[in-house]
Amino acid sequence: MSAPTLPLDSATTSSNDISAPVIVFEDVAMSFGDNEVLRGVSFHLPRGETKAIFGVAGSGKSLILKLALGLIRPDSGRIVVLGEDVTQMPEEQLFELRGKIGMVFQESALFDSLTVRENVAYRLMEEHGVYDENIDRRVREALRFVELEHTLDLNPSELSGGMRRRVAIARAIITQPELLLYDSPTGGLDPVTSNTIIELIVKQRDVNKTSALLVTHRLQDAFTMATRQFDKQNNRMIALPPGQHCDVPMSFLVLRDGKVIFDGDLHNLADSQDEYIQEYIS
Amino acid sequence: MELISPAELAKEKVLTVQDYFLFCLQAMANLFRKPLYFADMIQQADAIGVGSLPIVVLTGFFTGAVLALQASNTLERFGSITLVGQLVSTSMVRELGPVLTSLMIAGRNSSGMASELGSMVVTEQIDAMRALGTDPMKKLVTPRVVATVFMLFFLTIISDLVGLLGGLAIAKLLLHLDARQYWYYAYQTLVFQDVFMGLIKPVIFGFIIATVGCFYGMNARGGTQGVGRATTQAMVAASVLILAMDLIVTRFLMATLSYH
Repeated sequence: MSAPTLPLDSATTSSNDISAPVIVFEDVAMSFGDNEVLRGVSFHLPRGETKAIFGVAGSGKSLILKLALGLIRPDSGRIVVLGEDVTQMPEEQLFELRGKIGMVFQESALFDSLTVRENVAYRLMEEHGVYDENIDRRVREALRFVELEHTLDLNPSELSGGMRRRVAIARAIITQPELLLYDSPTGGLDPVTSNTIIELIVKQRDVNKTSALLVTHRLQDAFTMATRQFDKQNNRMIALPPGQHCDVPMSFLVLRDGKVIFDGDLHNLADSQDEYIQEYIS
Repeated sequence: MELISPAELAKEKVLTVQDYFLFCLQAMANLFRKPLYFADMIQQADAIGVGSLPIVVLTGFFTGAVLALQASNTLERFGSITLVGQLVSTSMVRELGPVLTSLMIAGRNSSGMASELGSMVVTEQIDAMRALGTDPMKKLVTPRVVATVFMLFFLTIISDLVGLLGGLAIAKLLLHLDARQYWYYAYQTLVFQDVFMGLIKPVIFGFIIATVGCFYGMNARGGTQGVGRATTQAMVAASVLILAMDLIVTRFLMATLSYH
């Protein structure tokens, strides 16, 4: 199943247009030397939706996130993020755009010379210069969201892998970005900690309605997200009955040999007749 | 290990030099673009300047002392041992103070910058910084360049002074010369050109140390092994560049300042 393409004009009209997709990839290609990693990748991410990207190691999943953030430029094709064509933007303008995007890196990428407080406050400190009461309140709020308020003055080296991922999530969401990019947020973590991280991502999706791209190797994580919703009153994730799975703003994208071979929701994925996909999800 | 053709190798080296020049231009251009990270400059000045003070003092002292000792042997043959102060002074201020201080700072800081920034690259901290809306060139590179240039200037002055004290210690204790006579010759022999040459060099060498260290760090690839390689390359490249630039700058200044 090939990815539906969307006219770029509708995506580039305005970042405030709620009907416009948050991300549009159109025929994006990228090579490293002789290695063609992406070969004409096209997809779009509607506002408020979370799209999980699957693929074997080296299939270009993380590369898609870096391309969306403008950290790397593609060899060809166009990428529109929040109404802006990031393939054409100079680095100075990209810094402004990145203010509306949060990213959680594969290995957390916390600044190891800064404390948890300074890591989470980093973006606000860059904007305002001084660590004041308002920043402190927002840092505590973000850390409370990931249930790590007690780690404020610890260094990243003093945290476990799961805690570092949660601090990275707090750092990404502190400015309430319009778009979140998660790069293997549960990679290398035990099932219990993975579940905590997934619950936080679902909480961010359902409570703050943030659009997100999620790269993962773990199919079960994405299935958990597609079949559960966050119950704000009880502050926990609850399973939905099978008939309500379509209500969850969640879709899947599968990459193979640098191309999108599937882009659709949970039911489309389960019903797919593609042998590779059937093998992948079995 | 894959063999590279000489043409490819030459192309690679030329591209590296080109990238380095663009890197230097960007680091300098950032001085005129906001934001300027003053707090980071002060922090780096402390780490580079104050942190390097002990090795600079020790290097300066022993260099001055051994210079006096070596010179005394030759000068004694001509019955001019009183000129030890003159020789130590001109050698330290014009050449050994700036060069040896720069080499010591290159060993300590160029490699330190390469390993610090290289580690940040391979752990995606540089990407995270860009993702958080900060230009790593402005935040990490420009403050290091400014701090190194500024601090190396003063470290060289300290090194020169301590070198003269080292020479004085030998002159007084081993050669039994008069301290006031030593200082008189050391001071009187210096002319404007000597001081100018001795103080323009640390500015150039400081720029080389910081830009080479940051360049190799920011371009580190291949995990911890890559960081180790970048660290070694930064120190070697900075040291060789300092010695090569020393020759060029000395020749240029001798010609332009009408040196005799």
